[in-house]
Amino acid sequence: MASATYILWLRSVKRYFRSRSRMFGSLAQPLFFFFALGFGLSNVVSTSNGSYTAFIAPGIIAMSVLFSSVFSGIQIIWDRQFGFLKETLVAPVSRISIMLGQTLGGATTSIIQGCLIFVLLLLIGSLKISFGILLAFLFMALIGLSFTAMGIAIASRIEDMEGFPLIMNFVIMPIFFLSGALFPLTNAPSALKVITYLNPLTYGVEGMRYALLGSSSINPLVCLSVLGGFGLLMVFLGAFLFNRIKA
Amino acid sequence: MDAIKIEGLTRRFDDLIAVNKISFNVKQGEVFGFLGPNGAGKSTTLAMLSTLLEPSEGKAHVNGFDIKHRKDEVRKSIGMVFQDSTLDEELTAWENLDLHCRLYGVPGELRAKRILDLLKLVELEDRKDSLVKTFSGGMKRRLEIARGLLHEPSILFLDEPTLGLDPQTRNKLWDYIGKLNKNKGITIILTTHYMDEADKLADRIAIIDRGKVIALDSSANLKNKVGGDVINIETTDPEAVQKFVEKCKFCKEAKRHDGKVTISTDHAEKKIPELISLAEKNKVKIISVSINKPTLEDVFLYYTGKTIREQEASSIEHLRERRRMHSR
Ligand SMILES: Nc1ncnc2c1ncn2[C@@H]1O[C@H](COP(=O)(O)OP(=O)(O)O)[C@@H](O)[C@H]1O
Ligand SMILES: [Mg+2]
Repeated sequence: MASATYILWLRSVKRYFRSRSRMFGSLAQPLFFFFALGFGLSNVVSTSNGSYTAFIAPGIIAMSVLFSSVFSGIQIIWDRQFGFLKETLVAPVSRISIMLGQTLGGATTSIIQGCLIFVLLLLIGSLKISFGILLAFLFMALIGLSFTAMGIAIASRIEDMEGFPLIMNFVIMPIFFLSGALFPLTNAPSALKVITYLNPLTYGVEGMRYALLGSSSINPLVCLSVLGGFGLLMVFLGAFLFNRIKA
Repeated sequence: MDAIKIEGLTRRFDDLIAVNKISFNVKQGEVFGFLGPNGAGKSTTLAMLSTLLEPSEGKAHVNGFDIKHRKDEVRKSIGMVFQDSTLDEELTAWENLDLHCRLYGVPGELRAKRILDLLKLVELEDRKDSLVKTFSGGMKRRLEIARGLLHEPSILFLDEPTLGLDPQTRNKLWDYIGKLNKNKGITIILTTHYMDEADKLADRIAIIDRGKVIALDSSANLKNKVGGDVINIETTDPEAVQKFVEKCKFCKEAKRHDGKVTISTDHAEKKIPELISLAEKNKVKIISVSINKPTLEDVFLYYTGKTIREQEASSIEHLRERRRMHSR
């Protein structure tokens, strides 16, 4: 069981490092958001303390982890399309161990992706090195784990590639835009506030913000427990749905 | 013990019966051919036998293990080469094999040697570190066969092993498959819709059509059941030949047309010496002799009233018909 989980984790990591275009492609998008919004809106949005670019920096890291992890999760759709899924399903190992390997692989690569963005933001000067990095790392791990598992849960229910743009437009994008990554929650209209508080990514973004900037509008312990709970729920849901997947 | 025992195995997809109460046994150590047109239910049967798909009805034992209740044991007993590739093309050949070893719990100290041995067997050891996406169709097939053998299964399933391959590669694969069976004693179950493939490789053949097994025997017996061989004799004096042939006891029927005599009989190759000596005795000159033996195509035609190609062309039609019948 551990052996199957390990080898599927290793497979994800190997594939990640082999696909340079995917690696750089998924760096470009968060950076694009960072520059376009950071410099475009810095005079429009007022943040309580610090610059707007610093304010969105943790959100941009969370974004890259989110995208990369959901992509890793729905890799299963490709695995089904290209046949590899069957190789794992017909093996004498539990589906849970396969799902866990995929989840840990996705979490690992999305943390790497988040760290790359983090380093770039350090170099640009929008973030500073502090002990909070360790806490930020924990939040990245939780975001990565939760959303890879969510990707697996979704992919287990989708039969073909056509579902993919739907996931992009109706799941990932709203999760990102309604997470408080780009705007301060304090001045948001109350309807938006409610939605944002229901969005699990919000707790990741706020937690990262606390870790990297030293202040957040949600208590970091609340962030940790909500995100941790959501992660656990997603892993269970992903395992449950993957267990019922049809070859 | 039989390698596989199937009793009344059935699979429905909504109102379509893809596999319809099939029953047969596969003996240990034999190459068993599962021959039928596209859509006959071959892959669905293999999916059930490999525990990927739940049967709607019926029972089956693979290597003595019930496919419903002893899934892991069944999975360890079989090597599976699916109709479509299930390799990870972004990994190298070696990595694909290593992954398989770990999924099947092959002990660490045996892995490298086994991988290398099998890569040699399928003549891919010099490409072991190439990404699979750079492989040709034939190389991928060979790699998949090697992979299927890594955990030393006693039964190997091959679903349309030479589909879409060029004739040269097919011949080579046939050699591998034959050798595997002979040298390693592995029971092989292969599905195909190629008559020649079943004929060449299989000890016994089950012909499946529209979800039902309609005939099962060795290729020779299947053909004999359909009818005997035909001997064509080209001669300068067909009338004389017909005359003496009709008198001999083995001949069922002798017909004459444009300078030739055609004789229906069994075991034609054994009758030829006798015919030649008869011709000499009667002082008739024979120009040439040829034998036509019934093919599996004739067997299929005999049982279904259609050639396998016609059956494929009309399978969509049948599908609709069957759906209509069931929805009533
Ligand atoms: N997952 C499925 N859902 C619905 N119908 C299926 C499914 N798999 C196979 N079938 C149908 O079952 C029949 C048998 O298919 P299959 O076993 O693939 O045939 P073969 O392998 O002999 O070509 C076909 O009519 C096919 O369309
Ligand atoms: Mg098939």
